[in-house]
Amino acid sequence: MPEVIYGGQSYECGEQSVLDCLTAQGVHVPSSCRSGLCQTCMMRAVSGTVPENAKAGLKDTLAAQNYFLSCICHPLEDIEVALPDAAMGKFQAQVTAVENLNSDILGIKLKPAQPFEYKAGQFINFFKDQTNARCYSLASVPALEEDLFINVRKVPNGLVSRWIFDNLKAGDIVTISGAAGDCFYVPGKPEQNILLIGTGSGLAPLYGIIRDALRNGHKGKISLYHGSYNIEGFYLVKELHKLAQAHSNFTYAPCVSEGEAPEGYARGMVLDVALNDNSDLSGWRVFLCGNPEMVKSAQQKTFFAGASMRDIFADPF
Amino acid sequence: MSLYTDIGGEAAVNAAVDIFYRKVLKDDRIKHFFDGVDMSKQSAKQKAFLSMAFGGPHNYTGEDMRKGHAHLVAKGLNDSHFDAVMDNLGATLTELNVPGHLIAQAAAIAESTRKDVLGK
Repeated sequence: MPEVIYGGQSYECGEQSVLDCLTAQGVHVPSSCRSGLCQTCMMRAVSGTVPENAKAGLKDTLAAQNYFLSCICHPLEDIEVALPDAAMGKFQAQVTAVENLNSDILGIKLKPAQPFEYKAGQFINFFKDQTNARCYSLASVPALEEDLFINVRKVPNGLVSRWIFDNLKAGDIVTISGAAGDCFYVPGKPEQNILLIGTGSGLAPLYGIIRDALRNGHKGKISLYHGSYNIEGFYLVKELHKLAQAHSNFTYAPCVSEGEAPEGYARGMVLDVALNDNSDLSGWRVFLCGNPEMVKSAQQKTFFAGASMRDIFADPF
Repeated sequence: MSLYTDIGGEAAVNAAVDIFYRKVLKDDRIKHFFDGVDMSKQSAKQKAFLSMAFGGPHNYTGEDMRKGHAHLVAKGLNDSHFDAVMDNLGATLTELNVPGHLIAQAAAIAESTRKDVLGK
């Protein structure tokens, strides 16, 4: 009989669902419809294989991380499970490089002390000390580079970012969390068009996602729109132009929202420019990162433009 | 044959959810109730609602409906808003070319939740 392992305890599951098994033992798992639809009871398999039907209706990025719906999961083998917001774990990492990407954004490379699993575009928590941490998205691609790469924007009076700008140097040992988030590329549907819209350091996850998609041989259009107030705000410009030269399906459009837009730059708010160029997003996959107001507005506008809610991935930072 | 099978099962729910949710978010009568909600999570809830209206699997009780909408009732949710949702449900099914007699059955199921949703 399969057992369900949760919080270090083993429970006999029998024919029951994982949700019923845990609930019967007094474990609190939030649930609502109990029919595999509302996704309230979502859990993650830490080890063991979950039957495919227990992932029905989940976003591809959640299924890829072994999330499943506990109310319709009848395991066939022992599985270890955790709630989705369970601690992401902590890791030590060494800073291997600190460089100015522009006057407001630092590029930091980190080498974790132990094997570190992640997908390009997910985020980590970066700890200043025991209690203060901030989320930063991963711009690196595990298959392409050994070090993690994050982009830190200087936030006025920002506790963690100011500490990073003032103190961090190559050689330092820092604490980070494991990677989380569902803003990443899932291989498959290689012909699907992809729209990516980001502002400021919201470019970081998009830079990872784009290179991951290209590495996987993605064939559909990959269209990146990066927004900034002025041209000083852009970074990784040379790298992105190079990628566009090497891959005919990738296009890069830097958009300036205030002041003059020199040749090669679009003039306007990044979301408006992107939607003006792509008014019908039916069947598209969409990634949105950066300013929370832009991301919120973009979620709705890209949905109204035809993208399915299942295909819209967003990180509001 | 059950309504759920006739209407097309899970594939029908998947086809309907984006269309329905777009209509709801564009509807001036009710869109303000969705300000600030997580669109991705809300979409899963819309899917559960449609599955129920289509006669499909669900375990929602009247009590769940009351609890789940109590905060909206406190913000003024009333019959006119429920009517708006019913309109959007009908329009979605019409757009998907669902036959009229099946739309009527789905509408009747949705209608049966009115009192609980509105906390009456």
